[in-house]
Amino acid sequence: MTDSVTFQLTVNGADRVVEGAWLGESLLYVLRERLGLPGAKNACEQGECGSCSVRVDGTLVCACLVLGASAAGSEVVTVEGVAGDAGGLTDVQQAFLSQGAVQCGFCTPGLVMTVHDLLERNPTPTEVELREAISGNLCRCTGYGRILAAAQAVVAERSGSGRSQRETPS
Amino acid sequence: MTPSVAQPRSLDDAVEALRTAIDPTVLAGGTDLMVAINAGSRRPTSVVSLIRVPELQGWHRDGDEVVLGACLTYAEIERGELASLVPALAQAARTIGSPQIRNAATLGGNLGTASPAGDSLPVLAALDATVETIGPDGVRTLPVLEFVTGVKRTALRAQEIITAVRVPVLRGPQEFLKVGTRNAMVISVVMAALVIDLDGRSVRLGLGSVAPVPVRARDAEALAEGSVDWDTARIGDQTVFGRFGELAAESTAPIDDHRSTAAYRRHAVSVCARRALERALR
Repeated sequence: MTDSVTFQLTVNGADRVVEGAWLGESLLYVLRERLGLPGAKNACEQGECGSCSVRVDGTLVCACLVLGASAAGSEVVTVEGVAGDAGGLTDVQQAFLSQGAVQCGFCTPGLVMTVHDLLERNPTPTEVELREAISGNLCRCTGYGRILAAAQAVVAERSGSGRSQRETPS
Repeated sequence: MTPSVAQPRSLDDAVEALRTAIDPTVLAGGTDLMVAINAGSRRPTSVVSLIRVPELQGWHRDGDEVVLGACLTYAEIERGELASLVPALAQAARTIGSPQIRNAATLGGNLGTASPAGDSLPVLAALDATVETIGPDGVRTLPVLEFVTGVKRTALRAQEIITAVRVPVLRGPQEFLKVGTRNAMVISVVMAALVIDLDGRSVRLGLGSVAPVPVRARDAEALAEGSVDWDTARIGDQTVFGRFGELAAESTAPIDDHRSTAAYRRHAVSVCARRALERALR
């Protein structure tokens, strides 16, 4: 195995050993093909589409642009690690469904990660801030209107009812 | 040879890792390198990741200058106190990629890649930034225009890395204008960075994507400097602005490529330069 590398990742709170990987494999490839986590989607492989958005040490990045082996020692959170009560949907995921923000669904995991990331840092974004936040997530179906509506619905619900994300019914 | 990904936790360890690795590939934010690896155009056999080296992180004030760590990200540049100290760099940072890209991409990486379209480069040129490096033969300091030597070529020697970029804190307006085919996720077609130094009474115009390396428009700068009323920080002669743009365009050497044409770049750079000067000194 002289041309492979072995390393350990922490993904969604669990330690996962990656054995026999090629040194140049992206975090996205490792997640999907070696760890069985296909939530982050593989499309452009150059950071343009945002469909592989994950959090590494709390920072939203494109998993396709992270060298998998270099994420050893970091906390990786994928869409599989984002869940509401009892593994149900989060308020963001529910709002995507309720507002019709999902068509083909390919961009949805990345957008869910992005909206969660935004609202954690900025609970009451303006529409401009919201548009800026999702500017790195391409959706070829919806025209973004329903996605913006979903995010705004979450903002309204969180501020209006005062309910936390985990109390949101699914 | 055993492939390896070194993750040094100190600058000394990073220098040592680069010295001992065989044909090491340097990794910072990964937003250029991973694109090349994913496309199969680069196939590294050993990687030295700089992203956990504490000496390369963040920024600090040093007298009249700011020292920007090589691993400073665009997300860190675009907001907060740093954005008010070096506003043109912050404006450039906001135009780069997407939030996800700006969370990862580093200033040192932009310099190391040295693409003609590198968004920080015209700003650093206008600021007369200096690039600090370290390698087996010690530390070096180079003006940014000497550091970038050609299309994706730099003065970095084997096993050398960028440690920091030093830029002045100047009193006066700064502007950054960029033309691309859309607002987000765009590779620049033309860039103009204007820095006014009211105390030093200088006008500095850096241009990008219009030559193999970032360009300083010296003739345009001289025209503007001779036209400014430095007591009011205004240019009264309204013909200066258009002429400034024309001289800026004459200082470029653009090409036709898949993103634009030389003729359009010349036109666009004259407009960007004129608008920058109007915003700063009209």
